[in-house]
Amino acid sequence: MPEVKLIKRFIETENGHRLREFESAGGYGSLRKIIGEGWDAQQVIDILKASNLRGLGGAGFPTGLKWSFVPKDIEGPKYLVVNADESEPGTFKDRHIISGAPHLLIEGAVIAAFCIEAEDIYIYIRGEYYEPARIMEQAIEEAAEAGYIGEDFLGSGHTVRVHLHRGAGAYICGEETALLSSLEGGKGWPKLKPPFPAIKGLFGKPTIVNNVETLSQVPIILDKGAEYFASLGIERNGGTRLFGVSGHVKRTGIYELPLGTPMKELIYEHCGGIRNDRKLKAVIPGGSSCPVLTAEQAASINMDFDSLAGIGSMLGSGGLIVMDETTDLVQILWRICRFYAFESCGQCTPCREGTGWMTRIMERIAKGEGTVQDIDDLKEVAEQIMGNTVCPLGDAAALPVVSFLSKFRADFEAQVGPRRVHAGAVVTQAEAEEN
Amino acid sequence: MSVRMSDEDEKKITELIGHYPQKRAAIGDVLYMAQQNFGHLGPEVELYVAGLLDLPVTYVHQVVSFYNMYLQNPVGRNLIMLCDNVSCTLCGASGLVEHLAKKLGIGPGETTKDDKFTLWTVECLGACELAPCVMIGEKLYGRMTPEKLDEALDAVEQTDDA
Repeated sequence: MPEVKLIKRFIETENGHRLREFESAGGYGSLRKIIGEGWDAQQVIDILKASNLRGLGGAGFPTGLKWSFVPKDIEGPKYLVVNADESEPGTFKDRHIISGAPHLLIEGAVIAAFCIEAEDIYIYIRGEYYEPARIMEQAIEEAAEAGYIGEDFLGSGHTVRVHLHRGAGAYICGEETALLSSLEGGKGWPKLKPPFPAIKGLFGKPTIVNNVETLSQVPIILDKGAEYFASLGIERNGGTRLFGVSGHVKRTGIYELPLGTPMKELIYEHCGGIRNDRKLKAVIPGGSSCPVLTAEQAASINMDFDSLAGIGSMLGSGGLIVMDETTDLVQILWRICRFYAFESCGQCTPCREGTGWMTRIMERIAKGEGTVQDIDDLKEVAEQIMGNTVCPLGDAAALPVVSFLSKFRADFEAQVGPRRVHAGAVVTQAEAEEN
Repeated sequence: MSVRMSDEDEKKITELIGHYPQKRAAIGDVLYMAQQNFGHLGPEVELYVAGLLDLPVTYVHQVVSFYNMYLQNPVGRNLIMLCDNVSCTLCGASGLVEHLAKKLGIGPGETTKDDKFTLWTVECLGACELAPCVMIGEKLYGRMTPEKLDEALDAVEQTDDA
């Protein structure tokens, strides 16, 4: 099946990051429509619900439902926050939207702000995205000059201001409550939920946090209709998604395909197969926190939220990391462990300490100093972290460990020595397996 | 050198604060400005920023030390951020580290004697389709090879020498 370029059409428009070209491609049409025809928020939310649009940052929460959680008719400000802190290893789709179609994001964000009655939109963009931030800044200026944002935008009687906020290098700030802590001027420490941000978010006010890609789909859904969008995907998983593929494929990049597309099709048709025509070994399906898949699983799985959840993994951010038969998975898991240890915010003990323990054990194994016992210890530490932290970073660190060890245990056993029981006594690998 | 930004910069801070209902929310941008002015964010700069935003200096220090991009210590004039996360490792990042060790004589976390380059190995830069990738200053370079890295460094050196 060819790509379905709902978002990519704008990204691939020449100079599509500039206002005039975006308008020529039909941009801002949905915003004009809902304002011009005097729609109310509920109409938009109903369409989003019918479209089965789900949060494309990773969690997959239904977008229309999320917006409907914001209390109506209450005093004081509300906020829309755009999560552009794309930092999950293997994920790069939002960078393409911000750089190639920033106005599409603005259009979607303004519609969202209109629906939840927010007058301020904060776009939280990761610090390392210097050039994308400059492009975004220019787009915000263009949108303001053209009257798509600002006071009484498009004669709507509403006001919306768009602020660009640069992060400063912290993976944890992609987690929505950490992002809000950071946006408030603090260190990026996640907060316990409930209260959910929709009730008590930024500066203590009702706040919706949406991912870049999610918001960018909104104007397209309003343009093409909920039915069309929902029909592209499968049940409860509407529309398309920008899948980002990296690692050992012939053609890395972003591919926009309907949810439910077979992974095999993405890897072997769109990406041209494995580099040097080697055999596939493993795939991380949606950013480094998602449980790894074996080649057999990758060959038969469809890429939608529910299918991947059904085999104990996740679609996550839609960033696939493809690894061929030459890959040393011990080195890869060590690297993943280092990442989460480095990025743990330090708030919860199981994550702060556990990620460090896992990294040190993996280092021993990777350097050929590990034992069979280390493999078991590693798994136990991971299981002690899971579910015991304020935010999902703990799980994100533990899930790769558990999945690598359960699916590729032989790769790890091949690099460790026999179990050390106590001084002088050694249990051989065969004996250890018997126990 | 007394730690103070120009009047113009201080006026800009008032403008930055205007984006938020609370003054302290502007700390991120103010720290970036301070870093631009002073190179890195040492104790004197933290004290100065604390004064600008009516915050305790310990609060400022916590923020500075939490984020990787706020520099607590000086770095060379050009910061090389080399990603060695999963996708970049799969595509040959370690070869680039070895190449830089030979070419510049520095490893991760080190600075050349002439203060021209500091090398950091960093976490995912969000450009995995271009793996292995490197940032030098604010510019992203993708699909790097030792040869392309040489070219990029040469270009940087020319502007650095100018």
